[in-house]
Amino acid sequence: MERNVFDTIIIGGGPGGYTAALYAARAGFSALVLEKLSPGGQMATTDQIDNYPGFPQGVNGFELALEMQKGAQRFGAQTELAEVLRVDLRGPMKEVVTQKETYRAPTVVLATGASPRELGLPGERELRGRGVSYCATCDGMFYRGKTVAVVGGGNTAAADVLYLSRLCEKVYLIHRRDQLRASRVYLEPLKQAENVEILWDSQVTELLYGETLTGAKVRHKKTGETRELSLDGLFLAVGQLPNTQLFQGQVELDAAGCVVADETTRTNLPGVFAVGDLRQKPLRQVVTAAADGAVAAHFLEEYLSQRQQ
Amino acid sequence: MAIVTLTKDNFQQEVLQSSTPVLVDFWASWCGPCKMFSPIVDAFAEENQGKVKVGKVNIDDEPELAAQFRVMSIPTAMLFKNGQPAQTLVGVQPKERLEAML
Repeated sequence: MERNVFDTIIIGGGPGGYTAALYAARAGFSALVLEKLSPGGQMATTDQIDNYPGFPQGVNGFELALEMQKGAQRFGAQTELAEVLRVDLRGPMKEVVTQKETYRAPTVVLATGASPRELGLPGERELRGRGVSYCATCDGMFYRGKTVAVVGGGNTAAADVLYLSRLCEKVYLIHRRDQLRASRVYLEPLKQAENVEILWDSQVTELLYGETLTGAKVRHKKTGETRELSLDGLFLAVGQLPNTQLFQGQVELDAAGCVVADETTRTNLPGVFAVGDLRQKPLRQVVTAAADGAVAAHFLEEYLSQRQQ
Repeated sequence: MAIVTLTKDNFQQEVLQSSTPVLVDFWASWCGPCKMFSPIVDAFAEENQGKVKVGKVNIDDEPELAAQFRVMSIPTAMLFKNGQPAQTLVGVQPKERLEAML
């Protein structure tokens, strides 16, 4: 086999990417997974996953990632830890370029996932690690006995508030609507937590800081009233942004930046498939990303066999 | 070159008095992103032997060091040059970003 040429190149080593690699390699195709950081993606940052079937006690996200990698490796899938700098997905032979190498394949699986969304306020980036955090389980203990706020209204925000309420003196939950999107399992515990105060219909309009964060201005959307909160930490859980900048201009994206692809995972480009969180889909979970990976492998197999005829 | 486990007892000698730059990874066992970052730091250490020394601080064992360098988010990678923190990166970083600091 020609060096750096594969049957399929999978960009991103999360559950979607490694499931595609497993199915493709097991079907006898050469598969390369390119991962920027380490196997698992967002899943690897999750301490305990309780909703991936087969693990009655739950499973650590990073360990599950390593197992998924091993499962794909067993059938010959390779992994390179390298950041993809650019891609050319338009021709019959696709090109994927990293800092050190150029790889080529007739099929590419896009599996770069999503990253936490930022609020986009002045100071937010500089304050990361100085009072602004995107990971409550990582950074919560630095705020033991202190006053913090969580911004958001989904499951991540609710789980973060509950976790932080056990460590911190006081936890505000700042949410832009008048009810939470979070699953019912969180709602009763949130009501019970005595040190949690929910600010409904509210938006952070300004970060207050010196060398570290000192507080935030919060505006009530209905009354227009602005309140200044004194804070040691601000945890952001305002959703995810798909990591699709790399593919812009080649692969069709929707207004939210998600790759336009249906349940077949096919994109607008022949031989290019999109799996997991970067694709338009109603539920973003480890198990749905893994399912996408299997589907992509099925259709890339079909594509490769038709191509040879 | 082996990765050094840094403590408040050896930090002075291993980091502050080091003649080569030192990359310090602040981490904890319960931090998912730290687990992702650790093999990246290991590969960086292996591929840049002689150019940089690499050490790890377990912030549970060494809360004083974390407080001294005002680490409030992990993983944090801090590059020390001539006994001074020269650059800090917060969160998991690709190896290429670590190499760009040298």
